[in-house]
Amino acid sequence: MYVYQDYDQRLLDERVAQFRDQTQRYLDGKLREDEYRPLRLQNGLYVQRYAPMLRIAVPYGMLDSKQLRMLAHVCRTWDKGYCHVSTRQNIQFNWPDLQDVPDILAALASVQMHGIQTSGNCIRNTTTDEFAGVNPKEIADPRPWCELIRQWSTFNPEFAYLPRKFKIAVNAVPDEDPALIGVHDIGVQIVKADNGDIGFQVWAGGGLGRTPMTGEIIGEFVAREDLLSYLEAILRVYNKYGIRDNKYKARIKIIVKAMGREKFRELTEREFAELKGGPMTLTEAEMARMIASFPAPAYAALTDMPSELQQALASDKAFNRWYHTNTRAHKQPGYRAVTLSLKKTGRVPGDITDNELDAVAELADRYSFGEVRNTHQQNMVLADVRQDQLFDLWQALDKLGLATPNLKLLTDIVACPGGDYCSLANAKSIPIAEAIQRRFDDLDYLHDIGELDINISGCMNACGHHHIGHIGILGVDKKGREYYQITLGGRGDKVSRIGDKMGPSFESDEVADVIEKIVNLYVEKRHDDELFIDTYERIGIEPFKESVYGSAD
Amino acid sequence: MAQLIKDGALIENTWVLVTPEDNGIPANGDIIVSLSCWQEQKQALKNRAGKVAVCLEPGQEPAEIAADLADLPMIAINFPVFADGRGYSYARELRTRYGYQGEIRAVGDVLQDQLFYMWRCGFNAFDIRADKDAAEALKGLNDFTVTYQGDARDPRPIYRRSSV
Repeated sequence: MYVYQDYDQRLLDERVAQFRDQTQRYLDGKLREDEYRPLRLQNGLYVQRYAPMLRIAVPYGMLDSKQLRMLAHVCRTWDKGYCHVSTRQNIQFNWPDLQDVPDILAALASVQMHGIQTSGNCIRNTTTDEFAGVNPKEIADPRPWCELIRQWSTFNPEFAYLPRKFKIAVNAVPDEDPALIGVHDIGVQIVKADNGDIGFQVWAGGGLGRTPMTGEIIGEFVAREDLLSYLEAILRVYNKYGIRDNKYKARIKIIVKAMGREKFRELTEREFAELKGGPMTLTEAEMARMIASFPAPAYAALTDMPSELQQALASDKAFNRWYHTNTRAHKQPGYRAVTLSLKKTGRVPGDITDNELDAVAELADRYSFGEVRNTHQQNMVLADVRQDQLFDLWQALDKLGLATPNLKLLTDIVACPGGDYCSLANAKSIPIAEAIQRRFDDLDYLHDIGELDINISGCMNACGHHHIGHIGILGVDKKGREYYQITLGGRGDKVSRIGDKMGPSFESDEVADVIEKIVNLYVEKRHDDELFIDTYERIGIEPFKESVYGSAD
Repeated sequence: MAQLIKDGALIENTWVLVTPEDNGIPANGDIIVSLSCWQEQKQALKNRAGKVAVCLEPGQEPAEIAADLADLPMIAINFPVFADGRGYSYARELRTRYGYQGEIRAVGDVLQDQLFYMWRCGFNAFDIRADKDAAEALKGLNDFTVTYQGDARDPRPIYRRSSV
């Protein structure tokens, strides 16, 4: 992981002092609510339905065990004993008191954590593949570039008051999109030129929320040293020309669409021409320093499929199932990357308690070099586990309820906190997720259905990424009652694709029935080896509509 | 009480903002006029006794006065609401693209908690909103001692500064 230098820590400490002073001035009545609001938002602090919500940045999802223990401490000391993994790989606390937040941020700063720019109209936490650095398919480790983007975007003076929030993701895997770059304001795809040089294909104008759309390629090949200059050029264009009088049209996607890709590219290139070769250009020393900040851990020289693993796979059916569902291939022979499911039925998707955080920290120290990653599907990853220790780890996780073998399956539901917590929500998300999980409680059937992403958002803001769920569920308000709109065919796996709306919405107690009908039709129509999304793309939405709404005639 | 911070100190403001509601342009004294006023009466404004500054509103880019910069000892940039961040890009452009050396003054909804970023973007004067204590606001210029990026004052990002 990136190790903080003295100046990184000093900057963080100064931020805590600044926010403490701002909060004090607000409490003293010297700062009005509308003046304080953008300041608290840029420190991750929302005022929510029942209490403030504090969002803590987890840069590109990476945490160490010391940080996990501090999160546990915050849960215990200032919250109600749990927190939540968000779809931006961040951590959210649901119950802090506003006057405690400066103390919470001071405690977090002692382990290099903060809420900087996790909300507000600024550049948010940069996200990437949760298997960065261990994914055998990646072209290069994306994390050094994420960290460079983090530093460039942190307190960038020109871009603190953008028209709207701004999200950047970096992907290093060809032909797959684990970081969802297609639906980000800027997506950075690491590519390799014919001569072997690493560079970046830069996308802009994707986004979910209202008017969801996928981005366009603006920069075909940006050289490594020009990455920040190119991003700066795009942000300059957006800051000047983004729409500011209508917050529903303020994301960059709207101007990219309105002016067209060519015009947007031309404006970007004009700004870039001024920056290229200038002082922003990354130095070889800086790029080398960042790459060296993410060294491979001290792996043992091992081979794949050791006898311990073979025996366990042969003798324990439950372990075998978990192994095939929740662990995946690793760059390093003899290791696997393990996903801890935070989606056991009855658990709020993505929630984790203080004791569980401590336990995961312990397991990370014992089995995975003390590091953990958050995923945008609201699970956690131990990325570097020896195959000969998988069985031991599985037993420990099973005891904790973190070994549900449902990764990427129907019950691995992504859901925003929804109407139970969020003041923006039109409808609840959590009970819908639970109703669906309870309906599909047969593990054999779940595995027979296979990979199927269900995403639930409680409102248009789409924190649950419902547009890119194979089945998306959106809470809407109709005359004070909660209804749910269903979309089909969204993707956030190999490519990003926005789902198709099925038709009239449903009441909350109908949703599980509707999902069952959709799944039944898939099971009836699928060809051998066809996943839900494949069948959908082959037969289209009409048969699904018919199965849910009945025949049109 | 002085509401103007310039180059890190509180000073008396000697400039007067002239709006269309005023009855014409005063014959002398230092005045700030709108972009349209400047464009329509440029010659007359240049000939009068007293200095003239132009105030840019959001949506009025520095390019519109790029040819006039030598005639303008000060450019004001208005923030109707502090959350409209276009003015940051305008100030930065004036400094880095056009090499403007005169005073760049933030006017309008100008508050303590934005001063540090404004300063880095090239503003050197801040007309603090009338209901706020400008002496308090002055502290905002010292919120941080560390910056990652280059800016309008020092183009070098942290990785090009030898001091770190």
